[in-house]
Amino acid sequence: MMQNFVTLIRAAVFFGTVIMFGCVGETVTEKAGNLNLGVPGIMYLGGIASLSSVFIYEGSTENPNKAVCVLLALVSAFVASSLGGLIYAFLTITLRANQNVTGLTLTIFGSGVANFFGGSLNTLAGRFEQIAVPVTSAAFRTTLPFSDSLGIVGELFFSYGFMVYLAIVFAVMTHLFMNHTRRGLNLRTVGENPAAADAAGINVNLNKYLAICLGAGICGFGGVYYVMDYIKGTWANDGSIETLGWLAVALVIFTTWKSKHAIWGAYLFGILYWLYLYIPGLTRSSQEIFKMLPYVVTVVVLIVTSLRNSRDKQPPAALGLPYFREER
Amino acid sequence: MEANLNHVHEPWVRIAKRDNMSFLTKLGIRIAVLAVGIVICAIIIYIITGLNPFVVYLTVVKGAFGTVRRIWATVREMMMLACIAIGLAPAFKMKFWNIGAEGQVLIGGIVSAGCMIYLPFLPAPILLLLMFVLSAAAGALWGLVPAVFKAKWNTNETLFTLMMNYIAIQLTAFFVSKWENPKGSNTVGIINPNTRAGWFPEIAGQQFMLNVIIVLVLALLMNIYLKYTKHGYEIAVVGESWNTARYAGINVGKILVRTMLLSGAVCGIAGFLAVSGASHTISTSTAGGRGFTAIIVAWLAKFDSLTMLFISLMLAFFDSGANEIASKCGLNDYASDMIIGIILFFILAGDFFVNYRLIFRKKLSMGTVDKNVGASGKEVA
Repeated sequence: MMQNFVTLIRAAVFFGTVIMFGCVGETVTEKAGNLNLGVPGIMYLGGIASLSSVFIYEGSTENPNKAVCVLLALVSAFVASSLGGLIYAFLTITLRANQNVTGLTLTIFGSGVANFFGGSLNTLAGRFEQIAVPVTSAAFRTTLPFSDSLGIVGELFFSYGFMVYLAIVFAVMTHLFMNHTRRGLNLRTVGENPAAADAAGINVNLNKYLAICLGAGICGFGGVYYVMDYIKGTWANDGSIETLGWLAVALVIFTTWKSKHAIWGAYLFGILYWLYLYIPGLTRSSQEIFKMLPYVVTVVVLIVTSLRNSRDKQPPAALGLPYFREER
Repeated sequence: MEANLNHVHEPWVRIAKRDNMSFLTKLGIRIAVLAVGIVICAIIIYIITGLNPFVVYLTVVKGAFGTVRRIWATVREMMMLACIAIGLAPAFKMKFWNIGAEGQVLIGGIVSAGCMIYLPFLPAPILLLLMFVLSAAAGALWGLVPAVFKAKWNTNETLFTLMMNYIAIQLTAFFVSKWENPKGSNTVGIINPNTRAGWFPEIAGQQFMLNVIIVLVLALLMNIYLKYTKHGYEIAVVGESWNTARYAGINVGKILVRTMLLSGAVCGIAGFLAVSGASHTISTSTAGGRGFTAIIVAWLAKFDSLTMLFISLMLAFFDSGANEIASKCGLNDYASDMIIGIILFFILAGDFFVNYRLIFRKKLSMGTVDKNVGASGKEVA
């Protein structure tokens, strides 16, 4: 029983970390007033960029350096996902395309690019085995040295790769940035009332660009974690990143645009997602019904927040709305 | 607020709306943008694979239109996409972000498959009619739920419909494992392979002719509905501004619910087409992301049926074509998503040049500023 509980929590943490990155990144983006439905695509871009860069590096040297591997994975993922965000930002801000449609296109594009390269990396590189980046993946999955000696506490809290903690750090830092710095306040103003921000001398477009690119970069780390830790440094064309990306978007709602809530919300989603494995007496078909749980819960939260209509739980007032100074 | 009175702060370039462009110029811009997109794709293909882009595009054309069989496969794909886009058009015209077509299609598909499995003994016309009606009803129901909450409590429909997709996918997975055939395969397999009960009949010797007829009729009806009826007008007003609609005495909630019933119903019919008119089976990938692609189709076409058909054809063309490159060149078929993504980016960017013009500092003279004062057309969240 206890062991089951520990396994469930650990599965939930692995799962939750992927969507926590996505959620924090998307929160930054949405706080600037842009609803980016390209999160799954951006996660794909981050995942494939890290995998392919490390794949090339590991293939080209005899003894790949772990630190270089990790750094390379993170930097390439950040750059690739920020570029994805930049495409979205350029289209929606400068070229005034519709946000939802552009985001969806980014998702199609990102999943196309990632699955294309993920599936054909071997062929292109002239190797024919399954893609694997053992050194990097091991580095990502290195746990704290004392985690084994602490029993259940160690297993529950310290038996994860560094990115699990990085996600929490990002969530906390985003919270502090949004609520305790002037730049954060400016950014929120842009998302709440861009006209007022503009009048106050805040550069609306610059803020939006930065928030979108930075947010996309953070989302991309979700892809890195998924590829390097969750599926242990390989590639799967099964569309899981897409599902996780959409769940990350849902989690933003669940947390009512407060990144500190993402820390427990993400793990809760993880628990809900894996719970069906631990419910006794489920047949294979009733398991499928049980797997609806995270989505149903999100819907319920969505309805409840709209019912209660409390002012501190609302989306940024200008979320999804375009802002053009000339059209005021 | 413009800086036109004060030349010191005049920006280097300004953006102004334009609305008096001739149809031909618009068409020209769109074709030019599309051409740039195709060229960029060609360059990317060349960089990645080292293949001659002309050969690659020739392969695309052959893959999509090379044989009669392939032409029909492309047409079938086009009709599927167009059907969903037609369903989404009224919702999006109303600025109701129905991201849930994927789910609405699946629900329609489940119901169709269910009819085929449980009622194969009915006479073919009655069975098909029943499947048509029930799948439309199921899709409508799936669209109704978020609409009711939107109308009552202004619940965010983008995420609600998105979540409804996943609920529908799990429901599909449930029925797939319930109906699996043979046992343990975790697929439903071709339903009624011998009796062909519930399959679309061949018309004029063509297996997919009925798909074409149904979608074309829907396209025509939807065009009339949106452009020439009172309902269509109400949808347009609600889409522009809820407040304007209320001021004009339109019951916004009623329009939301009514339009989403229609939107969901047509998407449900798309599920019927997918199961009964194409694959004759059901799986979680029956909708296969088309629900999302169709949103882009409907939006880019500005909800005009003919344009939707055309864009669907273009996407279906690239889809089947890219599959051909994939098998010919030993790459995988996700290349089509990449190419479609890039081309869609260009089409989206092209919209800007149709709707706006750039005014550079030099050209600007006093008094030529054509601001659209007051016509901000703000969306209602």
